[in-house]
Amino acid sequence: MLSGKVSVVTGASRGIGKAVALKLASLGSAVAVVYHGNSDKAEETVREITEKYSVKAISYKADVSSYEETKELARKIKEDFTRIDILVNNAGIVKDGLIAMMSEESFSSVIDTNLKGTFNMIRHTVPMMLRQKEGRIVNISSVSAIIGNPGQANYSASKAGIIGLTKSAAKELAAKNITVNAVAPGFIRTDMTENIGEDNPLVQMIPLKRFGKADEVADAVAFLATSSYITGEVLKVDGGIAM
Amino acid sequence: MDEKTIFDAIRETVAERTDANMDDIKMESTFRELGIDSLDTVELLMNLEDKLGVTIEVDKKLETVKDLVDFIAAL
Repeated sequence: MLSGKVSVVTGASRGIGKAVALKLASLGSAVAVVYHGNSDKAEETVREITEKYSVKAISYKADVSSYEETKELARKIKEDFTRIDILVNNAGIVKDGLIAMMSEESFSSVIDTNLKGTFNMIRHTVPMMLRQKEGRIVNISSVSAIIGNPGQANYSASKAGIIGLTKSAAKELAAKNITVNAVAPGFIRTDMTENIGEDNPLVQMIPLKRFGKADEVADAVAFLATSSYITGEVLKVDGGIAM
Repeated sequence: MDEKTIFDAIRETVAERTDANMDDIKMESTFRELGIDSLDTVELLMNLEDKLGVTIEVDKKLETVKDLVDFIAAL
């Protein structure tokens, strides 16, 4: 389905990003595995992709919040893969805290990585997509952007920003055959949610009565990455929380 | 790069993308009157990058062909 295509997935060393990278590889896409912290885990993702699906995969260390680093990253990926067909902006951090006590640094760093990071990656990969006259961008937002979440003013603001960014970019780029969509996961079992137990009252708020799996988010990302007539959409993968 | 090379490359690129005749594209022509809207400008600049072998990062509004010639000449 994606044979000959090249996907770039940020935050791909673990969690949702890793599941997305593996899913796109399973459909035949080569994958640029972008990570920031853990090079061993990123290499593990690369190894799993090449062993299981026999497609090309390379890991790249980059801080997506840096305009210059992402510019250089896009250049390197172009050099190694010659093109970029699919961009999945998944890299994200949390620094939860109550707004009345939240530091400026907590707010800014979350916005910089989650929202500005998404902009930076789009900014530097879209020129390639414009030249190819085709592209698919999927941004990972959050259900927290839609319904809010106490203790996550920074995170939900960044993820709501991603929705606005997605819609504007979708309108700008539609005429150029580049679609831009977002996926808004609810509570997904990853390292980011390891402190929330299944017995947490939050689980009772989820109509499907369980946490989601990273694979279930990856399925939605792959769906949007292979759709040609959906753009500007925000697809919730949240077990029904935000109906 | 000299202005004439840049001007010719712009005329050629604009003519390829629109119905405009190369001779009708003057220094003082605005991109709007040539039928290039702001979204098309991005592609125009990319075509010029390929043609001239330079990287063009424009962060201000360029209204006329001359604006763009001057901008590229100053790179």
